[in-house]
Amino acid sequence: MTTTEQRLTPRAMGVPLDRLDGPAKVTGTARYAFEHPQTQPLYLHPVQATVAAGRITAIETGAAEAVPGVLAVLTHLNAPRLADTSDGELAILQSGGVAFRGQIIGGVVATSPETARHAASLVRTAYDEQPHDVVLRAGHEGLYAPDSVNGGYDTDQVQGDVEAALASADVTVDQTYTTPTLHNNPMEPHSTIAVWDDGQLTLYDSTQGVHMVRKSVAPLFGLDPEQVRVISPHVGGGFGSKGNAHAHVVLAAMAARQLPGRPVKLALTRQQMFFLAGYRTPTLQRVRLGADRDGRFSAISVEAISQTARIKEFTEQTAVAARMMYAAPNRRTTHRVTRLDVPVPSWMRAPGECPGMFAAEVAMDELAEACGLDPVELRVRNEPETDPETGHPFSSRNLVACLREGARRIGWERRDPTPGARRENGALVGLGVSASVYPVFRMPGSAARVRAEAGGRYTVSIGAADLGTGTWTALTQIAADALEVPVEHVDLRIGDTALPPATVAGGSSGITCWGSAIVHAARELRGQHGRSPAEGAEAVGETGDNPDTERYAMYAFGAQFAEVRVDADTGEVRAPRLVGVFAAGRIINPKTARSQLLGGMTMGLSMALYEQSHVDPSIGQVANHDFAEYHIATNADIGSLDVSWLDEDDPHVNAMGSKGIGEIGIVGTAAAVANAAYNATGVRIRDLPVTLDAFLS
Amino acid sequence: MDAVEVEVSLRVDGRQRRLTLDTRTSLLDALRERLGVTGPKKGCDHGQCGACTILLDGRRVNSCLALAVAHDEAEITTVEGLADGDTLHPLQESFVRHDGFQCGYCTPGQICSAVGMLTEAEAGWPSAVSADLTAPVELTDAEISERMSGNLCRCGAYAGIVPAIAEVAR
Ligand code: FES
Ligand code: FES
Repeated sequence: MTTTEQRLTPRAMGVPLDRLDGPAKVTGTARYAFEHPQTQPLYLHPVQATVAAGRITAIETGAAEAVPGVLAVLTHLNAPRLADTSDGELAILQSGGVAFRGQIIGGVVATSPETARHAASLVRTAYDEQPHDVVLRAGHEGLYAPDSVNGGYDTDQVQGDVEAALASADVTVDQTYTTPTLHNNPMEPHSTIAVWDDGQLTLYDSTQGVHMVRKSVAPLFGLDPEQVRVISPHVGGGFGSKGNAHAHVVLAAMAARQLPGRPVKLALTRQQMFFLAGYRTPTLQRVRLGADRDGRFSAISVEAISQTARIKEFTEQTAVAARMMYAAPNRRTTHRVTRLDVPVPSWMRAPGECPGMFAAEVAMDELAEACGLDPVELRVRNEPETDPETGHPFSSRNLVACLREGARRIGWERRDPTPGARRENGALVGLGVSASVYPVFRMPGSAARVRAEAGGRYTVSIGAADLGTGTWTALTQIAADALEVPVEHVDLRIGDTALPPATVAGGSSGITCWGSAIVHAARELRGQHGRSPAEGAEAVGETGDNPDTERYAMYAFGAQFAEVRVDADTGEVRAPRLVGVFAAGRIINPKTARSQLLGGMTMGLSMALYEQSHVDPSIGQVANHDFAEYHIATNADIGSLDVSWLDEDDPHVNAMGSKGIGEIGIVGTAAAVANAAYNATGVRIRDLPVTLDAFLS
Repeated sequence: MDAVEVEVSLRVDGRQRRLTLDTRTSLLDALRERLGVTGPKKGCDHGQCGACTILLDGRRVNSCLALAVAHDEAEITTVEGLADGDTLHPLQESFVRHDGFQCGYCTPGQICSAVGMLTEAEAGWPSAVSADLTAPVELTDAEISERMSGNLCRCGAYAGIVPAIAEVAR
């Protein structure tokens, strides 16, 4: 029988080391994609469709071509034919069809960014415009059941008889919850420099996975993967939006192919990112809960709907958390999706769990009230013994301990269960709670190389990514422990396809997948070459399988608490205090991990109170497509954030004992805020964001 | 509209730089694309995020909103000019120690903005949260948060940024 992976002894792991890339970042010398020095670079500005559905009947490029400094104008009439058009998002300029407003329909290359942008504005297009449909609604006639949902999960799952259980339940909740369209908006715009030289394509790209970009782009141009090199040492955030190659990368590569030898630079504008860089679909979720008078669940049902684009299917796995979160003998979860004339949705921090746990955890609050139970106690009562979905034991599950510790930290005992009972300085004050969860993912396909250098030093190479996640630092700490050397003896190299393959930085899986590969490479090196390897000795290791993945359900858990204050006169709503307690296995670096969790909760607060992409149905696009109108939390919007974690020892997840922490911080924050707002005011918020108008009616 | 070119002279991080540029060029693009000074970042190009913050004649400004041609002979300090050789500026050092960033893309703007903000506070400029508009400024956390709210951080590092600045300010 295969046994649990041999565990690493923590020496560097667990130390709050300063970020190794910190000095480069605070001095402005860390190079992001657009900043790699090039000689005589050219600038590429996309031309975008100005209708949401239809077909181009004429495209006039003469005026643009006549501008001095313009070298090329690409349209569907002259762009290279792609060898593979199976990905509708990437297959740009292959026909005159328009699938959404803002789609790339051309591009202008010029010697300066000013000239490229100006010339792009001179391209004139005539369309055969068709009526468009851009609004997701319940009962949309286009809703269908996809083959599977994001992450490869089953579209539907049914256990027991939900309808019968609901009919006989003492207490039920039956409500619909909505989350709006949300845009990732990493601070660094999606950017690419493409150089096509001698049949070799080099891309300096802002991406969560250099090998992923190579795999996506090479077949489009009929290239072998080895003919494409992708370089990305520093990434200015992504939160999922840089987890796929998007259409602008293809446009840059097309332009570079037209102008061999010349570097072509393309940075999306902030506005363009609202069309071309992915986003979180809006969701509508009907949640039904049935319980006995003591709050013990008999039934959980979640029916989730979301949207996707005409040209590509992406279905948010909104209901999957309801499959494993709480015990209930009868459970039903379904996903339906509809194709609209909208941009292509993709990953945004905790796809699935983030919107799904908003709905489920507000519904929990409603059920607690209906049962006359404390919301913390309700969750404790419904703790499952084993994973309700698979029947497997949890590798570790410390949700209850997180809830208890969070309750202590926020002062939960002071919460008055009667809404609207607490008033301070003209504000209604309330407390709310939500659970958090995120799966431990382990994807195959990463490898690491360890090389012995002179003087007891080691070079560790893996084509991984650091988008602010602390990868540079955490992987160095893991490598040091795997090699049993001080961290100062390890030189890590990441962010280049010239390095061994690494899976994409997504699903909070980086440390599990890449760290495991590094541990295996280090053990291989020690096994083959001993404690004092000759300079130049090398070994390669892969992530490998973990047999425990089949035997245990693996998740990180957390509890989030919020204090909300609603101005009694104006309805202004603020969340001056958030508490998050997490149980996420071993924390590799407490300093960078804390920032990950803080960052997740900050984005969660932003989602709770501010963020919403407003789609204008008349023109078929997001109207508030910049930072002036799409509000993200600013410094002054944040109050006190209290982040902590339990010392959790999980022998099953991987050699480090770590679970992912990049996404769990955003899961549950919005529900905790909405529940606190209810406790403060008695107004139940089922539609995000929570804004003052809700409290004025 | 064809490009109109003019000659501009800038003093950037202590170095005199002379260049001929398109009058449409922002100070930010002049620095990043023409002079290779990529420390200042472009997050929005519309004055909405603060990533491009530099010190222009000692004051913090969004360099994406300034046309280079309008700033001939200006004295510019970017994040690249704050350290003293290998010795980091106290704010740079404090940002690293407090982990006041994740991806680092807003960081050059945050740090330049903080430098400018400390000078403003020193000069007694009140903010929207100052109780007394004429009293000397006491840089509480609330004052720092308010004064730094022109610099967005999508990574949500505010909880590290405020103590990083507070430690240097107090
Ligand atoms: S780039 Fe200048 S404010 Fe955003
Ligand atoms: S550190 Fe990433 S945006 Fe601030």
